[in-house]
Amino acid sequence: MNISIKSVLFASALAFASPALAQGTAPNGMPLADTQTFVYRVLDEHSSVDPQIVEDVSGSEIVRDLFEGLYNQDADGNLVPGVALSHTVSDDKLTYTFTLRPEAVWSDGTPVTAGDFVYGWRRLADPETASPYQWFVDVMGLANAGPVMAGEMPTEELGVKAIDDHTLEVTLAGPLPYFPLTTTHASTFPSPKWVIDEFGADWTKPENIVSNGAYVLTEHVPQERSVRTRNETYWDNENTIINEVTALVINDVNVALTRYLAGELDRTEVPAGQYPSLKEEYPDQALSFPRLCNYYFNFNLSDMGPEATQDVRVRQALSYAVNRDVIVDNVLQGGQSPAYTFTPSATANFEVPTVDYATWTQEERNAKAVELMAEAGYGPDNPLSVTYLYNTDENHKKIAIAVAQMWKQTLGVDVTLENQEWQTFLETRGNHDFQIARGAWCGDYNEASTFLDLVQSGSGYNDAAYNNAEVDQLLAEAKTAEDPQANYTRVEEILADEMPVIPIYHYAGVYMMSPGISGSWPVQNVEQNWYSKDLYKVATE
Amino acid sequence: MPAALCLPDGGPFMLSFIFRRIAVAIPTLLVLLIISFLMMQTAPGGPFNSERPLPPQVLANIEAKYGLDQPMWKQLTDYVAGIVTQFDFGPSYKYKDRTVNDIIAQGFPVTLTYGTISFIVAILVGGALGIAAAIKQNSWLDYLAVGFTIGAQVLPNFVMAPILILVFTLMLGWLPGGGWNGGQWNHVIMPVIALSTSYMASIARLTRSSMLEVLRSNFIRTARAKGLPDRTIIWRHALKPTLLPVVSYLGPAFVGMVTGSFIIDSIFSTGGIGYFYVNAAFNRDYAVMMGLTILLGSMTILFNMVVDILYAWIDPKIRL
Repeated sequence: MNISIKSVLFASALAFASPALAQGTAPNGMPLADTQTFVYRVLDEHSSVDPQIVEDVSGSEIVRDLFEGLYNQDADGNLVPGVALSHTVSDDKLTYTFTLRPEAVWSDGTPVTAGDFVYGWRRLADPETASPYQWFVDVMGLANAGPVMAGEMPTEELGVKAIDDHTLEVTLAGPLPYFPLTTTHASTFPSPKWVIDEFGADWTKPENIVSNGAYVLTEHVPQERSVRTRNETYWDNENTIINEVTALVINDVNVALTRYLAGELDRTEVPAGQYPSLKEEYPDQALSFPRLCNYYFNFNLSDMGPEATQDVRVRQALSYAVNRDVIVDNVLQGGQSPAYTFTPSATANFEVPTVDYATWTQEERNAKAVELMAEAGYGPDNPLSVTYLYNTDENHKKIAIAVAQMWKQTLGVDVTLENQEWQTFLETRGNHDFQIARGAWCGDYNEASTFLDLVQSGSGYNDAAYNNAEVDQLLAEAKTAEDPQANYTRVEEILADEMPVIPIYHYAGVYMMSPGISGSWPVQNVEQNWYSKDLYKVATE
Repeated sequence: MPAALCLPDGGPFMLSFIFRRIAVAIPTLLVLLIISFLMMQTAPGGPFNSERPLPPQVLANIEAKYGLDQPMWKQLTDYVAGIVTQFDFGPSYKYKDRTVNDIIAQGFPVTLTYGTISFIVAILVGGALGIAAAIKQNSWLDYLAVGFTIGAQVLPNFVMAPILILVFTLMLGWLPGGGWNGGQWNHVIMPVIALSTSYMASIARLTRSSMLEVLRSNFIRTARAKGLPDRTIIWRHALKPTLLPVVSYLGPAFVGMVTGSFIIDSIFSTGGIGYFYVNAAFNRDYAVMMGLTILLGSMTILFNMVVDILYAWIDPKIRL
């Protein structure tokens, strides 16, 4: 029997397939603007547009336009067919067979084949490529990922092969229910072997690059702009509306806002604290929506951590005394949501468990915090002193000051604030040479494990050095469980009890977006995996 | 030594001077290179650290690819060998689609363009303002010039640049708010204003005080006593000595302008090397950092030499 998500995918594909668009009418029925261009601000130059090399958000946004993987995401973040039309799963849930669309071609006219995916995935796993996302083949659960990554097995042994030009077979090391979700990640996109062989590292230059997505890279001026234009050979070109997409590098967020207001940009980030006033002045342009990211404080539970915060009562007290509403409403002011759990509520198929302290009022939390501190032996005669470490940044500083003030007022704690330049901070935190340190995480895929894996004892990202055997077991079981929610709920409850980290808030995307484009922006897609081919500009008077 | 031999307009002495300076420049650059290499290596962190640390295996692959797994002396000698034999300044670890040569080839012309224009504007306007203020001392022109120089010096360019954008882009809509666009004139104006203003003010101040001093000197009094017209006195006799202290300022100023500005590049998104230089330090992008250090170091040495030659030309009293 071949159980598949095929039917689901087809259903969502049908729901989204629009008939060839009547000239000048947007999918929502509004008249289209005459000029279909999209210009947006990026903070910094992208790292690369090579699917297997790119590692940053702004680079991935470009790669998602230039290349197309097996599946894409729709405006809600659901999977929709990309190069793959559908797939089937074997009974043992270890073999996935993808059927690729025969009409897909590269921008040089060469058909897109299963071999291009095999090449791309092997390239990702190959130690020679030195991809910063090499570990993603492990996240995908591909058979033999470990030995291939270590160079102990040839890349041919990786669990992916082409049955024929349009059939791709993937073998997993163990069942992984969310495997198809990983195929929207840029590192899993196909690569044109013949172009890479010809040009080597220069293959991503606009004059050389061949890609299979809805756009082709036509111009790149480092630290100034990159331009991508409609790919006429793309299989769904007739439904692409935006003709040209330009990413402008503007380092200063306030300058970017000025240029947005001058009409040079269609999208820019809102500087911290300016959302309320912009929302009032431009109600149809200021947008805020949940993102799949969290912000938290790490306690240092390793041997190098301070004695005081090894005491769970102290950790709880410090967490309870943080008034998250003040942080989001008065400090950040951009529609962020207060966090009492590690996993953001926006995460797909994740029901936020009710942890006790989330239901209390701040007064109740403060009272409880005072009580716990006294129990732990700290009070006016014996005040607790802690150092909070963050990386130099205006927003982090504001939050640090606010929290230090709350701890001081409620608990009489003496807080020393310490900030370090980014690289130094990473090194210090990585070496567990801190008392309490800032942390933040954005999901790699839309499933709770992308967050909760961080508190697993073996995780390289577990800066708190938290170690709980029950948590480890619950998370390991969740990997293969049909419905892992019960495990996730239990893990969050344990985290709320033991408080190895203090969740502070969950991110919001806060943007100024030109009224023409904002209607097509996928605000429901919490990963913010947007595709220019799905955007359009309606006429505004 | 006979004074005639010291004149920079040719002659064996001049040549040997230039050769000597170049001979000194090479070890200077090498020392600069080694010091900046060691400083970078001792700074905490590395080019591949990020919020999410790479698994050790992945990090090892990447370090092997860039030769960062080699001992430090080997990295340094390989790097120097790459430059000497192939003029290859290495890859960027952060912007992986590009090499340091690419970054310099793309960014340096931009910086050189707006830097040179700023320099010319600063000299012409600043010099003229200073001379005019000195000649018409205590007139409204003088007060205006002095007011301008004080204003321009207290207004740093990281404040002025966003104000320019606010005024010329948002309010007046005359100029694009950033970008370079191949050096199109309307993209160059604001960077030039923002970069040149403080230099202009310094030049004006220097020229004014120098000119005032010269105008009070005996040989000018003699010239006046001879009944020479003011114009001749100023252009033929006063200008050259006036410029002397200004020229010694111009050397470093020119280097400062053409080697780019982090502020200008990051606020106006010009794509010049000033931004890459500072950012390379933050990112621990070693090769970019080193390549630009060598470039900027060479420029500094070169233009200091040019200034010395100019100085000798203006004032033959100066022995090279």
